[in-house]
Amino acid sequence: MEIKVGMADMNVCTSPDSIITLGLGSCVGVILYDPIAKICGMVHVMLPDSRAISNNSNVAKFADTGIESLLEKVVDAGAVKNRIVSKIAGGAQMFSANKQSPLLRVGENNVAAVKKKLSELNIRLLAEDTGADYGRTVVFYPETGEYLIRAIGKEPKVI
Amino acid sequence: MAELSMESLTTQYFDVLKEIGNIGAGNATTALATMLQCKVDMKVPQVRMMEFKDVGALLGGEEQELAGAYLSVEGDITGSILFLVQKEVALHLVSKLMGGMGGDEFGEMERSAFKEISNIVTGSYLNALSTMTNMCIYPSIPDLAIDMAGAILSVPAIEFGIMGDKILLIQSQISDEIEMDGFFVMIPDMESYVKILRALGIPVED
Repeated sequence: MEIKVGMADMNVCTSPDSIITLGLGSCVGVILYDPIAKICGMVHVMLPDSRAISNNSNVAKFADTGIESLLEKVVDAGAVKNRIVSKIAGGAQMFSANKQSPLLRVGENNVAAVKKKLSELNIRLLAEDTGADYGRTVVFYPETGEYLIRAIGKEPKVI
Repeated sequence: MAELSMESLTTQYFDVLKEIGNIGAGNATTALATMLQCKVDMKVPQVRMMEFKDVGALLGGEEQELAGAYLSVEGDITGSILFLVQKEVALHLVSKLMGGMGGDEFGEMERSAFKEISNIVTGSYLNALSTMTNMCIYPSIPDLAIDMAGAILSVPAIEFGIMGDKILLIQSQISDEIEMDGFFVMIPDMESYVKILRALGIPVED
């Protein structure tokens, strides 16, 4: 079965299922994964910091609260905290002009915020496919730990 | 400025958008007909407020290829606007503008032609807003992305995401030989929402 994760959403997945998010742009698809238990979770974060915004009830929307909450969920599902590793994808800059606009640089900021949170939580980042200027559809397979990345007009790749 | 949530402003802004949608789509249709030198029909535009996760489906799925033109807006209000059509529709319009010379992929010429079309269409909507509110609104030149719907829509979704969990868009249907759906997303910043509503005589509490 393929478990879907929407924008500003999260979900947990165990082998042999896979977990997918379609059309990632400036958002980041963060995977937390226990390779022994073959349990993973994905959160599709839109914004770097929940503290910068008053309307922050949806924890999955933000890098900081999203990753914390996903960690709880995968541990509840049976993953062991000190075995958990991470892979991330997304954070593109979809429109090239006007680079000085902080809103358009949000992809870059999201990736930086995700990395900061992972290191705070002592979660090792195994691989990433981030930045550039194109959208990505990403699928993670907890059975093998492979993170498949598809983009229009490009060969699929696995990280 | 007082803290305002998007939900509290939405009802009034919804009506404003409907009106802008009606006038703007009318202007855009006339402009397109002149530019493409053919008859263009339009239907009454729909204003939709949707959850982020449902937006992709409206546009033919998150992986549907779209052409999107993104402009930032300055003047009495600030914010950004996004004009979206399916890639095939964009190429159809481009081919018309280029007198049948357009290719079936986006090269330099096609991109430039689509930017011109986006200028005309977004200009029509902004004119409607500007006339209704008596405000000066200056759009930047458009910036293009040809990519998956989900990826392009992440940009306005993030901007709306700062204010709430929903996105507001105007859907206009135009047709010449084929039916075309165009989507128009306006994202004024929070201060500009208030200015727009005030300019239209809608009281907004501080």
